[in-house]
Amino acid sequence: MELDPVLLSRLQFAFVIAFHILLPAFTVGLASYIVVLEGMYFWRGDATYLRLSLFWTKMFAVSFGMGVVSGIVMPFQLGTNWSGLSDTAGNVLAPLLTYEGLIAFFLEAGFLGILLFGRKLVPPWVHLFAAVMVGSGTLFSSFWILSANSWMHTPAGYEIVDGRYFVRSWVDVIFNPSFPYRIAHTVTGFYITTAFVVIAVSAWHLRQRQHVPESRRAMSMGLGLLILLVPLQIVLGDAHGLNTLEHQPVKVAAMEGLWETQARAPAVVFALPDTTSESNRFEIAIPGLASFYLLHDMNGVVKGLKAFPPADRPPVGIVFWAFRIMVGVGVLMLAVVTWGVWLRLRGSLFDSPAFLFVCNFMAPAGFVAVIAGWTVTEVGRQPWVVYGLLRTRDAVSPSITGLDVLLSLLLYMTVYAVIFSAGLFYLFRIARAGPPTELEARDARLSERPARPLSAAEI
Amino acid sequence: MHIDLVPVWTVILGVGVFMYVLLDGFDLGVGILFPLAHDDASRTLMMNSVAPVWDGNETWLILGGTALMAAFPLAFAIVIPALYFPILLMLLGLIFRGVAFEFRLKAHSGRHWWDLSFFTGSVVATFFQGVVLGVYVQGFAVSGRHFAGGSFDWVKPFPLATGAGLLFGYGLLGATWLVMKTEGDLQKKSRAQARTCLFGVLAFIAMVSLWTPYLHPKIMERWFTWPNMAFLAPVPIVTAGIAVALWRSLSRGGEFVPFIAAMGLFAMCYLGLGVSVFPYVVPWTITLWDAASSPGSQAFLLVGTLVILPIVFMYTGWSYYVFRGKVRAELGHH
Repeated sequence: MELDPVLLSRLQFAFVIAFHILLPAFTVGLASYIVVLEGMYFWRGDATYLRLSLFWTKMFAVSFGMGVVSGIVMPFQLGTNWSGLSDTAGNVLAPLLTYEGLIAFFLEAGFLGILLFGRKLVPPWVHLFAAVMVGSGTLFSSFWILSANSWMHTPAGYEIVDGRYFVRSWVDVIFNPSFPYRIAHTVTGFYITTAFVVIAVSAWHLRQRQHVPESRRAMSMGLGLLILLVPLQIVLGDAHGLNTLEHQPVKVAAMEGLWETQARAPAVVFALPDTTSESNRFEIAIPGLASFYLLHDMNGVVKGLKAFPPADRPPVGIVFWAFRIMVGVGVLMLAVVTWGVWLRLRGSLFDSPAFLFVCNFMAPAGFVAVIAGWTVTEVGRQPWVVYGLLRTRDAVSPSITGLDVLLSLLLYMTVYAVIFSAGLFYLFRIARAGPPTELEARDARLSERPARPLSAAEI
Repeated sequence: MHIDLVPVWTVILGVGVFMYVLLDGFDLGVGILFPLAHDDASRTLMMNSVAPVWDGNETWLILGGTALMAAFPLAFAIVIPALYFPILLMLLGLIFRGVAFEFRLKAHSGRHWWDLSFFTGSVVATFFQGVVLGVYVQGFAVSGRHFAGGSFDWVKPFPLATGAGLLFGYGLLGATWLVMKTEGDLQKKSRAQARTCLFGVLAFIAMVSLWTPYLHPKIMERWFTWPNMAFLAPVPIVTAGIAVALWRSLSRGGEFVPFIAAMGLFAMCYLGLGVSVFPYVVPWTITLWDAASSPGSQAFLLVGTLVILPIVFMYTGWSYYVFRGKVRAELGHH
């Protein structure tokens, strides 16, 4: 069998980015949560916040370290495997990536040391400031990387000279048409992911009847955020979908599993899309509903996959099912949050074993939704790497062979298997131990300057 | 746009890559020396001395990569695929050592595995950075806008030699850093290691200096024609002077000077490298000007860089200041 460097490079990129994105999906929200906890402790002086912050900072330290090392891999992928993209789109994309490094990564890294190890070395307000800087860094990073990514979906503000892209307007490049929707949807997804981990861990401690005051506080904070964000996310997701319909209609056709262009387009609930026969097998659909939610008009005409040449269609099955997984998880989240609100109103949020049990298992929910959503948008962009301009197969580095990429992919898989299993194991260990006891927390704040930077997991 | 920004970007990129080499150089060096420590307490101290700063140090690598792509995209598109495996292995090495900082102290019985991970990762990352350097000086086979060679072209004596040489180089930075940050037995030990590394570094500098002119006639011409020889003569002379100062300071109990002098040695080697390859960014076919991105892209990024980079220097410096002084052995594990 001939080893295809294009397919293998795609698999490798999908693999390294999927594992990398799990970390920012958690740490972006967590950094903000730590800012809130530190801020509340700073102003209120309530040590419950401090103990929570010490606890979640340990979780943050481990995940952030993994995010850094798996993140360094990413820009180099654009060179090792996708030099065609760097050569043609370097003028446009690389300044955005460099700004991400300059503005976000340095900020995070510069203040991370103070946040993790400097509590006893600097005044409290400086420590809080460091937390704010790390939190801002994670958001600035999201801004730039999602701007670059969005440009690859909805390129704007450019001109083509000799097959390469040159910038005409930086404002149009940065704020390209899908960017506002993508950043809102993604960052909200990150916050939701973190909040579900927070309530899952808190629920576990409450079930064990340990760390009760801290876990109740964290549970309330997490649920309070989710009440706002989960419904908001559904609205944002809808808006992002409409934006995609405008700019990448074939992606929406694949998400919906629609082959024919039609008025009163059905919402396909279940189907096995079949590319060879260009139809769905075992389809269960609700007539007219897709037209309604896509065009807000039952009689609106939605373009089907057949309206596009087969060479321009994404892999339908993956996009179709990834979309259903994302939406399904979203519905589940909404159900859990609604249940939580109902219990809260009855005043029995912390006493319902069934609810705490369910919360426990919601820990991975956000991660699943993020990966599924990411799959929808990225696989849905295929066969293009820069939508409508540069095909993925034309972007791969010409010098690499299938065997090269097979070797590197196997190495990445082996290393990530070891590192991510170990990381998950240690995160579970920290989570199970829970917030420090009252005495330890006081010690962390009050003891003299010992100048002993350690692992953050030790503080 | 009438101003030629290529020289400006050459300097910024040059400084960025050099910052990476110096900063990650010393924390990778600490990793290289890690197994030579005689007990667990010393290893913990060694790691603590770099734990608050390693992440910031590695950020310069990301800056180097992305700024190369932004300012000289054609060079990025040729050089990086040509270095497919050295870069892959460097990245995997960085992963193993990076996670070890946190994992090591969360592990109970498995700590020695993360010690090994920290050491091996540091050695592998350093060695392959040295290989990258060697391949770079040797030059790349280019056809049109692509790398035209094979993915294993790097397996040659010169890159493997520079890989080995860099182990001593980063080892020297790491050892002199530890001389500055520690005291007592560990400091004494680091002092001895710094001496050993200095010998290794000087041997490799001599070897590489004699070897490179034969790699390409352009290097020979640059260094050994008149009047270049006269202008460039200070480079080896100053290098020798720094080496002597470093040796004497190590013998006389200097704490800061060895580290500064080690950085000085790196600066001179880096300068020598720059002299050898200029004006090529893909030796020996593509110049900085050939590979430059559009003036608009260079200008857009320059505006922000000139504002942000000084701020980065300020808060990074402040962070080093906060963690100044000796790392202590007070290790109360909660």
